[in-house]
Amino acid sequence: MPVKDEQQLPEVQQKKAGVSRRNFLKTVTGTVAGIGISQVINPALIQALEKGLKRHPVLWIQGQGCTGCSVSLLNSVSPPIADVLLKVISLQYHPTIGACEGELAMEHLYAVAEEYKGRFSLVVEGAIPTAAEGKYCVIGEMNHKEITMVDIVKELGAMAGSVLAIGTCATYGGIPAAKGNVTGATGVMDFFKTQGIKTPVVNIPGCPSHPDWIVGTIVHLLEKGIPELDDVGRPTLFFGENIHDNCPRLPLYEEGEMSATLSDPKGCRMDLGCKGPDTYADCYKRKWNSGLNWCVDNSVCIGCVEPGFPDGSSPFYEPA
Amino acid sequence: MAGCKPQAEPAGAGKKVKISIDPVSRIEGHLKAEVTVKGGVVVDARVSGGMYRGFEQILTGRDPRDATQITQRICGVCPTAHATASALALDDAFGVELTDNGRIARNLILGANFLQSHILHFYHLAALDYVDGPDTAPFIPRYKNNDVRVSKEVNDVAVGQYLEALEMRKVLHEMVALLGGKMPHVAGIVVGGSTEIPTREALDAYLVRFKRVKEFILNKYVPIVYLLATPYGDLLKEGVGHKNLVAWGVFPLDNKGNTLLKSGVYTDGKDYKVDPSMIKEHVKHSWFKDSTTQLNPTVGKTLPDPYKEGAYSFIKAPRYNGKPHEAGPLARMWATNPELSKIGQDTLGVKNFRDIGDAAFSTLGRHVARAEETALVAIAMEEWIAQAEPGKETFVPTAIPKNAEGLGMTEAPRGALLHYVDIKDSVISNYQITSATIWNANPRDDNGVRGPIEEALVGVLVPDIENPVNVGRLIRSYDP
Repeated sequence: MPVKDEQQLPEVQQKKAGVSRRNFLKTVTGTVAGIGISQVINPALIQALEKGLKRHPVLWIQGQGCTGCSVSLLNSVSPPIADVLLKVISLQYHPTIGACEGELAMEHLYAVAEEYKGRFSLVVEGAIPTAAEGKYCVIGEMNHKEITMVDIVKELGAMAGSVLAIGTCATYGGIPAAKGNVTGATGVMDFFKTQGIKTPVVNIPGCPSHPDWIVGTIVHLLEKGIPELDDVGRPTLFFGENIHDNCPRLPLYEEGEMSATLSDPKGCRMDLGCKGPDTYADCYKRKWNSGLNWCVDNSVCIGCVEPGFPDGSSPFYEPA
Repeated sequence: MAGCKPQAEPAGAGKKVKISIDPVSRIEGHLKAEVTVKGGVVVDARVSGGMYRGFEQILTGRDPRDATQITQRICGVCPTAHATASALALDDAFGVELTDNGRIARNLILGANFLQSHILHFYHLAALDYVDGPDTAPFIPRYKNNDVRVSKEVNDVAVGQYLEALEMRKVLHEMVALLGGKMPHVAGIVVGGSTEIPTREALDAYLVRFKRVKEFILNKYVPIVYLLATPYGDLLKEGVGHKNLVAWGVFPLDNKGNTLLKSGVYTDGKDYKVDPSMIKEHVKHSWFKDSTTQLNPTVGKTLPDPYKEGAYSFIKAPRYNGKPHEAGPLARMWATNPELSKIGQDTLGVKNFRDIGDAAFSTLGRHVARAEETALVAIAMEEWIAQAEPGKETFVPTAIPKNAEGLGMTEAPRGALLHYVDIKDSVISNYQITSATIWNANPRDDNGVRGPIEEALVGVLVPDIENPVNVGRLIRSYDP
């Protein structure tokens, strides 16, 4: 049965402070030093965080994905993942890190959904294969009956208070829905339309999604409700800016200084296939893996947060 | 709450009980295990892969260079391995030879992710089979009778290390990103080498992080695996399997084919050199067209048939020389046969990996192999960091060939990985992938012979059918 007393944490975790104001600011504004504080942060939100959050029940299911978004979430810096798991959310179901398996896990998944009906957040990672009666992805078994990804998204999607589609597979279909796919892979929003499910969906794309985008959206959802979304359902907080227009290499582009090869450390990458001009995300300031690097400094942007990915940006190494 | 609902056999079938575990959690992907238990022992098993995406179809018709990006999305835990296999296949097809610095940069990217994957696997996927996490989600619910045999002190140490390991694996991803752009899914591994020429600053930043991680591996990860050998000693005898192994070799030390972790095939007690033409993929019990069975990957076809009668998995059944073979750290350590760590030598009373003998082919033996391999790779990486030359070229520009084929064989953290590409009119005309979990978690082949995990499950003890702990322990020892 679901745990009632979520605040009772073991001693080992109690030593650490709650999500600090500084940590949260770092999350929403980017982990790179020197970036201005975003105007979107409401002081009331920060105060709420300092008082400590009540852990929010989250059920995390995986369809046609690679677990890369879950792994990316583990890279969260501020707050670190242990705090996310033990202080911000109550991750009642997650196939990759949850302790339980089999029928025990499935019964728990449904029991929590029932108990927190209309209040829990459903996280969907991976696409939903709709062809062949959903047979291309079976997520578990209950009472000797297989449960497909289609079944579970339909059922829990309707019961959830909100759905977070995490990663480009869950948001727009991503790689499993690319040209040539035979599985009828689709993202949550399109799937909900076909099923008439009205639960609000927040799209947090990326292949994978950035841990800050995931944690920042969850915290916003808990404290302020659903963030402002763009016309493809993404929080403008993270996906409101064009990469090329904000790229640190833009002055080089304007001077016509273009990279000669993929290993040329200087120059704009557009001639090498960089899809920054067609891509909206704050990677240019947030960067990846504790703010150490990002695709454009390493090679090229492949437009992984966009609804058309990968077909819209393929071939990756040819100019658009 | 019930554990796994046992399903009784029809009347007259004796006292056999079938248990279905679906999902097998704490793995990457979708796996189901169905075991038949008689007298507290598994007597038969079926393992099913429950998800299909169709990478082979999706890759067809694309610019060949896109394969290093697209195939990484097969696995978010080991994308660098798919990037490497794909780049090797393309290097082969494009006819390009890497610079030394390009080879070393690729090794440092893949190496950091090897360590990341092994640490993640032991602490965050497997450890909850042996110790109890805190009494809060996601550590509960858990099996009521979960057979945890460690003292409270050891349990507390393990939980502390679980949390520390979260930080270590994040640091390892930072190391991947310093040279590979970002992680998961690196930008930097491409045909012709690696895109980012390392700077002194990047190598220093890599080294600082590496030192922390190495200390954690040698002083915490490796010792705690051996600490479990005492209370769980019986798991060094359980989960034997077919005792056939394949390893393609990984971490090139030069451009002549020498690798840190050696290649080799071990079949029915004898060692053989790897010959890729010996691989045939069976599909009789897999949801793929029967007409495509027993093809070598270089002429392979992947055509799904989700309604096929008698099939129970989206995993094909690759066979080497007609026989099932296990892939992974055990196979690599068996092929390489290095000296064990000091704590390994002291605990097991043997010097080299093969001296472990039969006990290596076991649930706990696979964890020992993985931990020893982690230490071995870490020690080698220290040399590669010193060999990497700041500012020296890592990338060789090439042109897409009109018609060519390429084979890339390497190792993912979880085992042997093969990519094959056929290029016609400068686009991909066929792409085939045979990954580690395909070797380990496959169903019966055309001859009805069980796959490696299926076979290893036979003999596993299940004294309490409501809490079949040893089944999950065995499956997770393969890191599927």
